Amino acid sequence: MTQNPDTYSAAGEVGAVLEKRTFWTRLKLDLKKSPWSARFGMVIIFIYAMLAIFAPVFAPYGEAQVFPTPYAPWSSEFIFGTDQIGRDIFSRLIYGARNTVGIAVATTFLAFLIGGALGLIAAINRSYIDQALSRLVDVFMAIPSLIFALVLLSIFGSTVLNLIIIIAVLDSTRVFRLTRAVAINVVVMDYVEAARLRGEGLGWIMRKEILPNIMPPLIAEFGLRFCFVFLSIAALSFLGVGIQPPTADWGSMVRENASLIQFAQYDLKAGLTPLLPAAAIALLTVAVNFVVDWFLHKTSGLRDEQ
Amino acid sequence: MNVHPVTKTILERLGLGLATLFVVSIIIFSAIEMLPGDFGQAILGQAATQETVAAFRRELGLDQPAYLRYLQWVGGALQGDLGTSFSGRNASGIDRSRAVVDLIAPRLWNTLFLAGLTAVIAVPIALALGVSTALFRNSVYDRTVNTATLTTISFPEFFVAYILILLLASLYPVFPSLANVDDSTPLAQRAFRTALPALTLTLVIVAHMMRMTRAAIINLLASPYIQMARLSGASQTEVIIKHALPNAWAPIATVIAFNLAYLVVGVVVVEVVFVYPGVGQLMVDAVTSRDIPVVQGCALIFAITYILLNLIADIIGIITNPRLLHPK
Amino acid sequence: MSSNSGKGDILLEIKNLEIEGFSDEKWHDIVKGVDLTLRCGEVMGLIGESGAGKSTLGLAAMGFTQPGCRIKAGQIKFDGVDLAKLSDAKKRSYWGTRMTYVAQSAAASFNPAHRLIVQTTASTIRSGSKSKEDAYRDARGLYETLNLPDPKNIGERYPHQVSGGQLQRVMTAMAMSPRPDLIIFDEPTTALDVTTQVEVLSAMREIVETFNTAAIYITHDLAVVAQMADFIKVLRYGKEVEEAPTRQMLATPKEAYTKSLWSVRSLEKEEQKGGNSLLSLKGIDASYGTAKVLHNVNIEVAKGTTVAVVGESGSGKSTTARVITGLLPQTAGSVEFDGKALPKSLSERTKEEKRRIQMIYQMADTAMNPRQTVGEIIGRPLEFYLGMRGAEKSRRILDLLEMIELNGDFMQRLPGELSGGQKQRICIARALAAEPDFIICDEVTSALDQIVQEGILKLLMRLQKELGLTYLFITHDISTVKAISDQVVVMNQGEVVEQGQKTDVFQPPHPEYTELLLSSVPEMDPDWLTNLNAARRAG
Repeated sequence: MTQNPDTYSAAGEVGAVLEKRTFWTRLKLDLKKSPWSARFGMVIIFIYAMLAIFAPVFAPYGEAQVFPTPYAPWSSEFIFGTDQIGRDIFSRLIYGARNTVGIAVATTFLAFLIGGALGLIAAINRSYIDQALSRLVDVFMAIPSLIFALVLLSIFGSTVLNLIIIIAVLDSTRVFRLTRAVAINVVVMDYVEAARLRGEGLGWIMRKEILPNIMPPLIAEFGLRFCFVFLSIAALSFLGVGIQPPTADWGSMVRENASLIQFAQYDLKAGLTPLLPAAAIALLTVAVNFVVDWFLHKTSGLRDEQ
Repeated sequence: MNVHPVTKTILERLGLGLATLFVVSIIIFSAIEMLPGDFGQAILGQAATQETVAAFRRELGLDQPAYLRYLQWVGGALQGDLGTSFSGRNASGIDRSRAVVDLIAPRLWNTLFLAGLTAVIAVPIALALGVSTALFRNSVYDRTVNTATLTTISFPEFFVAYILILLLASLYPVFPSLANVDDSTPLAQRAFRTALPALTLTLVIVAHMMRMTRAAIINLLASPYIQMARLSGASQTEVIIKHALPNAWAPIATVIAFNLAYLVVGVVVVEVVFVYPGVGQLMVDAVTSRDIPVVQGCALIFAITYILLNLIADIIGIITNPRLLHPK
Repeated sequence: MSSNSGKGDILLEIKNLEIEGFSDEKWHDIVKGVDLTLRCGEVMGLIGESGAGKSTLGLAAMGFTQPGCRIKAGQIKFDGVDLAKLSDAKKRSYWGTRMTYVAQSAAASFNPAHRLIVQTTASTIRSGSKSKEDAYRDARGLYETLNLPDPKNIGERYPHQVSGGQLQRVMTAMAMSPRPDLIIFDEPTTALDVTTQVEVLSAMREIVETFNTAAIYITHDLAVVAQMADFIKVLRYGKEVEEAPTRQMLATPKEAYTKSLWSVRSLEKEEQKGGNSLLSLKGIDASYGTAKVLHNVNIEVAKGTTVAVVGESGSGKSTTARVITGLLPQTAGSVEFDGKALPKSLSERTKEEKRRIQMIYQMADTAMNPRQTVGEIIGRPLEFYLGMRGAEKSRRILDLLEMIELNGDFMQRLPGELSGGQKQRICIARALAAEPDFIICDEVTSALDQIVQEGILKLLMRLQKELGLTYLFITHDISTVKAISDQVVVMNQGEVVEQGQKTDVFQPPHPEYTELLLSSVPEMDPDWLTNLNAARRAG
């Protein structure tokens, strides 16, 4: 505290005092301090992941196994009853985790691969490539993506592969914008200029200098994009132009069983049946949003005001 | 020529909007280009003869170069002609198809009514919630509204819709679950029947819009000039009205436009749930039956609305920007 | 200025004030028990380096705390009332009427949506002490006193329509409009160029004297505060170091820390003639887009010497560095290095050419990748240029750390775990790792506290002697120029105004711009500003 200029030493100078912690202890500390909503979200995501991976273990019946009683009520045999052609709804819900979530995850990854890579290139290049890509993205974003998806699906037809590619390409525009924006903030940093002055190649600058510094916003965006993609695919499937039968999928399941809701007055359970897959979708998006919200709060460095 | 910067920027923005619309129209137009070669057969049925298929292709002008057909299509669209639907045709060559415009026109009014009704309810509520949560940041009220809206934006529209149907139509029949309206429906009756779809959209839109408004206001209140205003003795009300509001028009306009544009999309799903005869439902049906001219027509209308809304937001941002209003 | 010190009643009395702020999920003390007494009509200078808590204390004198901060203990008695105990609404009745505030960044602190005169008079009209017409008339008068151009009409303008120096004076008018008892000046000239700073400083001093207003003047620059204040309080780490009348403090500071505040000024390098030319810029023109920013720049740098390039913002000194490094290819002229013309753009230069010219930046914070450890940062050039690996590389990193007076403990640290001075040292080590002949130092000390600056400058000079390095030292600070350079290049608006040996450049007669620049640099003399203004009026 009472440093004397005569005995000044550079090594003794007080730096920003940060305790050195390993990744795991920091993670443990963060988790300890996390709010209930984030913990709830993480538990839900974990359960969904387990269900998706081990669907055949958890499901009592097969995905497309048909029983002779359509619209069977909730019972010990069929926990949530059967659907319009006699398939066990509970089993289809579990398989749905695999199909719906799996497709959404794959789509999000593809969107990040396309949008992230192009965004980085645009941010570093900042000339004609950036101009061309940015204008293209502007045009893509001038049409609502659901409408664009409908147009493209009407042309190419509703196969799972088409669905993944179309949604991924449309969604990559937003990933592109975010990646470009955060990467530009890093590109103007002196340490990137220092690397360029040193003569480092584009690959090194992207991997070592830029990417590690834009990961937090990208990870958060991955969560948000996933929710968006997941909801888009569910909406398309609900509209009948997304994932096609007989694949068990939550969006289509809502549509197939929607008429049951009229009977809620007579049998509340039957009325609730079409809401189950919808609730499954909602619960996962809520969970992801809670976790992302906490993550953003934690990494933004923004302190709460009073 | 000495043009005021505001005029200049607005003209630039309008030009950009037109250019975007041009590219968008090309993309929508090229939908028909990308169809597989045998689609004529698919539409007319297996029994169609070579001649009927050929006649059909001629009618679509597929024997002409693409740019000519584009010009004809755009020229038609400008005069209110979007071509004829694929449906209603059959193998014998008898054509009972209808003009796309005749299909869209009555439904467009329905869709605008639904979207307008929602906007009238949702925008004031969302702005009030957004501004108040920003002002009472981190209070219990703020946290509650935040968690509630975070939950709502995570719900698919059809989930919200079916919950409302279950509660307000099935268990406690207050509103009809199907929103049948037609031209003859009187306005009050129309509003009553549209209540559930409008309520669904309102819930979804309010959540999105409130969160964005809150973020925009918080961002604004963090400006150094707001602290300066406080330090010169301005009360909270004065800070908000005199110092924050004049600078808030642009961000608020952006938030409103973004959400109204979102409304345009949300309308599609909600119309299908409530079997509401709007453009969205028409478009989904057309996609299912791969009725390309109808898909094109609907897409064009949605895209124009979307571009227009964003354009208006930009223009509001431009005309309230002091740097442009009072150039150096 | 100092004639009325000690007179008048006590206006502000702060006792044992403690303020804490919330960060990293913890409360930290920012101000740790400070006492302060200010009488009517007195000007107090509050001086300290970054993190001293001077701004927090200045705001607290108004009873205001930044969001995320709170008053932990103590009292703030203003005219007999303890502000620390008042409600926000009660405190507001003092703000903008009896006490006002002048912020560092005028450009950000004015509302872009309102005319200047509206903002100047807002609190005066609100309080009802003057009618709108009177307040406006008075404001125009203040603009005139503050030497603003076109004082009748400048108030009709919007903030973005006037320059930074003018805006700072309008903010002073705004602070003076309600005729407060106390004005807090929070680093009001820090963001300005020296030549502008003089004008703003003179205007502020004149108006405070005219209305005999008490003021607290916060700054990190002792020479600036010496012109304004009757007495000075030195703060460090949230505590008082010492307090004394201005003249006494400058003449006989009690604490060693106080003396260290002008440590850089005591450095003076013995001038070297230098040998052969290492770098020469010949007729360089350069532009950003269509705007031409360098006009026929010729600079010679002799081997083993330091050339200081001095100028204000927009003078083209940093652009010159970008041309030398190849980041901005020149549009005309040539850069010759060690007798050979360098290719214009970076991509055409060989690895060897890049290695021999290294650069050190102003902001060490942004010059190091926050995700790489010190070992990785210093190790990369070793690996990249010299092909070192494994144990050989580690040994060399240790050598380099020792060369910059740090040790092996730093290898595993991240930049966020270092102090400002340590960060800059690591950047120096990174440049040295390439074993360069020529280093460009771009304002390398201007973001640092004085005592740290001194350490860095001494280090650079020692390294030059040991390794025979050649420096191009870009700076806006004249005392740094005196401390480190052999030759001086003065630049203004993209042109070289004057260049030569240091003693020649600092010796009159000067070209007009050099004269203006040199005379505008505040000196450690309370009478400097008075004398300067008298001389300028006479001249």
